[in-house]
Amino acid sequence: MNTDIQVSPETMFTETEIDRQKRRIENVVRIFLLLMTSLMIIPLLLIIGYLLYKALPVLSLEFLFANPKDNMRAGGIWAPFLGTIYLVVVSLLVSAPIGVFAAVYLNEYARESWFTRITNLAVVNLAGVPSIVHALFGVGAFVLFAGLGESILAASLTLAIMTLPVIIASTTEALKAVPMSFREACWNLGATRWQTIRRIVIPNSISGILTGVILQVSRAAGETAPIMFTGAVFYKAIAEGNLFAYNITEQCMALSLHLFTISTQVPDVTEGIPYGTAVVLVGSVLLVNAAAIVLRIYVRTRKKW
Amino acid sequence: MKNKIEISDLRVHYGDKSALNGISFDVHPNEILGIIGPAQSGKTTLLKVINRTLEFTPEATVQGSVKLDGVAIDTIGDVYELRRRIGMVLPLPVGLPLSIYDNVAFAPRTAGLRAKSELDEIVERCLQQAALWDEVKDRLDTLGTKLSGGQQQRLTIARALSHQPEILCLDEFSIAIDPVTTMRIEEVLKTLQKEMTILLVTNLVQQAKRLATRTAFFLNGDLIEIDATDVIFSDNPSNQATYDYVNGTFG
Repeated sequence: MNTDIQVSPETMFTETEIDRQKRRIENVVRIFLLLMTSLMIIPLLLIIGYLLYKALPVLSLEFLFANPKDNMRAGGIWAPFLGTIYLVVVSLLVSAPIGVFAAVYLNEYARESWFTRITNLAVVNLAGVPSIVHALFGVGAFVLFAGLGESILAASLTLAIMTLPVIIASTTEALKAVPMSFREACWNLGATRWQTIRRIVIPNSISGILTGVILQVSRAAGETAPIMFTGAVFYKAIAEGNLFAYNITEQCMALSLHLFTISTQVPDVTEGIPYGTAVVLVGSVLLVNAAAIVLRIYVRTRKKW
Repeated sequence: MKNKIEISDLRVHYGDKSALNGISFDVHPNEILGIIGPAQSGKTTLLKVINRTLEFTPEATVQGSVKLDGVAIDTIGDVYELRRRIGMVLPLPVGLPLSIYDNVAFAPRTAGLRAKSELDEIVERCLQQAALWDEVKDRLDTLGTKLSGGQQQRLTIARALSHQPEILCLDEFSIAIDPVTTMRIEEVLKTLQKEMTILLVTNLVQQAKRLATRTAFFLNGDLIEIDATDVIFSDNPSNQATYDYVNGTFG
């Protein structure tokens, strides 16, 4: 190479053809990526906007707190709404503790062995099993074998089996985000594994753990297949406005199944009701997700390292 | 004079790879033993064997014997008690994500100490020993992780002293801190030597020369030479490799 590159103070910072080209490409890439991002947001806004527009005539507090009536052609959604709350709460009461403690074991205690390898493989594969398969497992294991019958309990346990692997995976991620050096420092100070976990690891990963659990609320609330053979019914009237109207050994209605029923199985439903049901379902899920986001922001502001 | 630590024919393997190939030496009470040698020579592994934290590395196997005050460490039932008898300071400063106070009180608390007055006394004494007290005494409730690197390393030292160890192991403690802080900590070590035995692993041969009573030279998992520091740094240590390493003509 024998090219003389003249670098003088005057020409040093003037733009060359290469600089201009780099800037053009940079702009094209940015606009392209922004476009892709908008393509994701626009359908979401359209869906929510359309639902709200169609549901507006029926949306009211009474819609939320009244049972369906006239063979589900009119009335509200109290029974399915409360049923969904029962299913979500009971299933998470089961899957959250099991999932979190299992992840703590896998990440903090377990050594590399055939047992942990199989467990990790099971976690990954269970997370990918279609929900209808979970439904069949639920029928076999909980409804028939365990003798729970079709009940809130059987349906919740089926949902719990479905959400468990995802909770294990998200908790593991949260635990891994705590630097290894913290654990080593604790061990060097004569702390046991459990003291280290309780005082350092869990307090610094709890937001990630909770976020992972909360995100499973939307999955448990939205699934239809796992509950329709295990505990959800088309119609059941319950005491309006009573939060304890269901017994977990009995069947319940659920928003997702209700939406399916009134959209496809019942003729002449008042037009706004399916949309109103969808708005309540989506709205509750978004509300819970928003809680997870607020939690994350709160914890990020007081991040300790 | 009884030996503080007696190591004989210590061998450590990580899987198939040998990290220490049968080393034997003694550590005298209240000495500063400098341990020098290039990377991969087994210095850090040696410290992990002594406080048995190598047990957290599943693929590591240890053979040979390490005795602390004449007792083989692998026969000590309460391994947590053993670890509290040994203070450990790692290369990179680690402030635990707790307040400065809780950082230093961590080890006494895990050992079961609850009395506030005793904890207060330990926190103040250790922070003073680590030459950090004056800088933090008015903000003991701020997070340890918010301190500067040099302060965090002194916090780490204060924490290592909080369980009143008989032996203090420092693994390249000055790697991430400035020279002025390093000199301050070196002064601290000279004072601490009166109360405890110090193992000083260091990449700075001059640091060993400044501080160590005796110096050991490690190379590729072998103990090449251990002798009084002025012999190691003289013109005629017993091994040519030692001379080359110490004088920077190594390799």
